[in-house]
Amino acid sequence: MKQTEICIVGGGPAGLTAALKAAALGAAVTLIDRNDYLGGQLIKQTHRFFGSKQQRASERGINIARELAAAVQNEERITVLTGATVLGYYKDGVITVEQNEQYLKIKPQKIIMATGGAEKSLAFPNNDLPGIYGAGAVQTLVNVYGVKPGNRVLMVGAGNIGVIVSYQLLQAGVEVAAIIEAAPAIGAYWVHASKVVRAGVPIYTGHTIKRAWGEKEVEGATIIRLDGKWQPVPGSEKDLDVDVICLSVGLSPLTELLWQAGCRMRFVPELGGHVPLRNELLETSVPGIYVAGDVSGIEEASAAMMEGALAGLNAAKALGYDAPDFAQQRDNIIKELAELRSGPVGEKIRNGLVKAGLA
Amino acid sequence: MLAQNGIPTAEDLARVRPTAERLARGPVAVAECFQNIPCDPCYHSCKRQAIKPFADINDRPQVDHDQCNGCGMCLMRCPGLAIFVIDHTYGETEALVKLPYEFLPLPNEGDVVDAVNRAGKVVGEARVEKVQSGAKLDGTSVVWLSVPKDLSMEVRHFKIREVR
Ligand SMILES: Cc1cc2nc3c(=O)[nH]c(=O)nc-3n(C[C@H](O)[C@H](O)[C@H](O)COP(=O)(O)OP(=O)(O)OC[C@H]3O[C@@H](n4cnc5c(N)ncnc54)[C@H](O)[C@@H]3O)c2cc1C
Ligand code: SF4
Ligand code: SF4
Repeated sequence: MKQTEICIVGGGPAGLTAALKAAALGAAVTLIDRNDYLGGQLIKQTHRFFGSKQQRASERGINIARELAAAVQNEERITVLTGATVLGYYKDGVITVEQNEQYLKIKPQKIIMATGGAEKSLAFPNNDLPGIYGAGAVQTLVNVYGVKPGNRVLMVGAGNIGVIVSYQLLQAGVEVAAIIEAAPAIGAYWVHASKVVRAGVPIYTGHTIKRAWGEKEVEGATIIRLDGKWQPVPGSEKDLDVDVICLSVGLSPLTELLWQAGCRMRFVPELGGHVPLRNELLETSVPGIYVAGDVSGIEEASAAMMEGALAGLNAAKALGYDAPDFAQQRDNIIKELAELRSGPVGEKIRNGLVKAGLA
Repeated sequence: MLAQNGIPTAEDLARVRPTAERLARGPVAVAECFQNIPCDPCYHSCKRQAIKPFADINDRPQVDHDQCNGCGMCLMRCPGLAIFVIDHTYGETEALVKLPYEFLPLPNEGDVVDAVNRAGKVVGEARVEKVQSGAKLDGTSVVWLSVPKDLSMEVRHFKIREVR
């Protein structure tokens, strides 16, 4: 069995920053990711990010991922396991991992769970036809593997992900017939929405998908308008000729390992589903297990990086590591995080976080 | 309306539009950013203090059109691709619209392209006067289009014509 001081599950922006901060304080870290590469969702984000100058606004996600991954690889206190899936957490604090068909056991003193989120799906007739994808999956196909999913896409969901993936499909030379959104308003930042609309993609709010059709694969979709009470308006159906339907109806935290570990969980719709309760140190109800990033509530990469930094600092501090400016480092991150969430678009997150606190 | 279809209304635009008198004096930035989102690179990129200081990262950019000389620094940094530079002194009847562009292939200088408005509709034609790209621009090119003056507040995108 392998021993380590801090084990971090997930090498996305949250896990990478957690590893860097913990190692900088002096802790020995093992970082595990099931992908062959580090960076998590960030690796697919070819668009420029928002946020403040300190949080690298205006940089592209993929470049942030590359930089963080290189820093992690260069840090000798961090051991990286890629292509390694964490399978289970056992009562004695042992984590089991599958890598190259080998079964490993790791006994860490502290754990930071940074497993991110998983895409939600949607129920409608024929939703199992080939050609129906999650938006994140399409983004992986296009931006990681350079594969076009089809020629003409219907995007379901006008949140940031639906709108950004639509834009990236256009960049890849794929036509987007429309973006539909059941809610009466666009959820994405309006500047993102405007940029796909002027590139020729209409956004229909108050619309949902009624059914997909096709024999062996998607050949089209019927969309329908919803009234103020979210009820379909008969006669408002419209048929769209598409060969791909892309679902972007939200993410939910990937929490299986936290359930296994017996962390207290609560269903908080604002945060995307069941989330672990945590204290201000980002420690869950199981002492020694910390959380950071989308696994603790679906948010965004800037927040994931700041939470990762906090969890990394706190876990290392709990092991006795310290720095002269520790308090200042931590306070700065807490302040920036509060600022990021302070505006009107952060309201949902603020409401959610109130419910996820560990009293 | 922006929240319903992603297209700013005439009232939205009236709030960010430079005066006719300012437009007549030379290039100027128009920040079409109408929502309070946590984002501030435009403010940090302006060396002329033409963008009012952000008290909070969620503030919206307010361009002081008299301070702004249309240098385009903010246009190149804005992750929302929401800033445009308009120059009404470009020609007798034509204005220059500088816009951020992230599609390939890039147009060639001298090309005549379809001029597209905020709703994605073709509203006329434009000539590509210049294409700025390169490592410093990090993948977002800036395309300079000349358009009839009365379209300078309409044209925000373009389509390369199919060659057959
Ligand atoms: C299309 C799209 C656009 C976005 N645009 C922006 C944006 O403009 N700005 C912004 O700030 N954010 C954006 N985001 C959000 C941002 O990408 C995520 O919020 C962020 O990546 C979350 O970071 P994370 O580290 O929590 O999780 P992730 O990035 O999801 O990383 C989790 C990692 O954990 C690994 N993992 C999971 N389970 C296991 C296991 N059992 N064993 C081993 N490894 C495991 C996964 O392989 C993954 O690498 C966007 C997201 C998408 C999908
Ligand atoms: S165009 Fe130049 S001067 Fe004008 S606001 Fe932008 S950065 Fe400032
Ligand atoms: S940089 Fe662009 S998107 Fe960000 S606040 Fe400024 S104008 Fe808006």
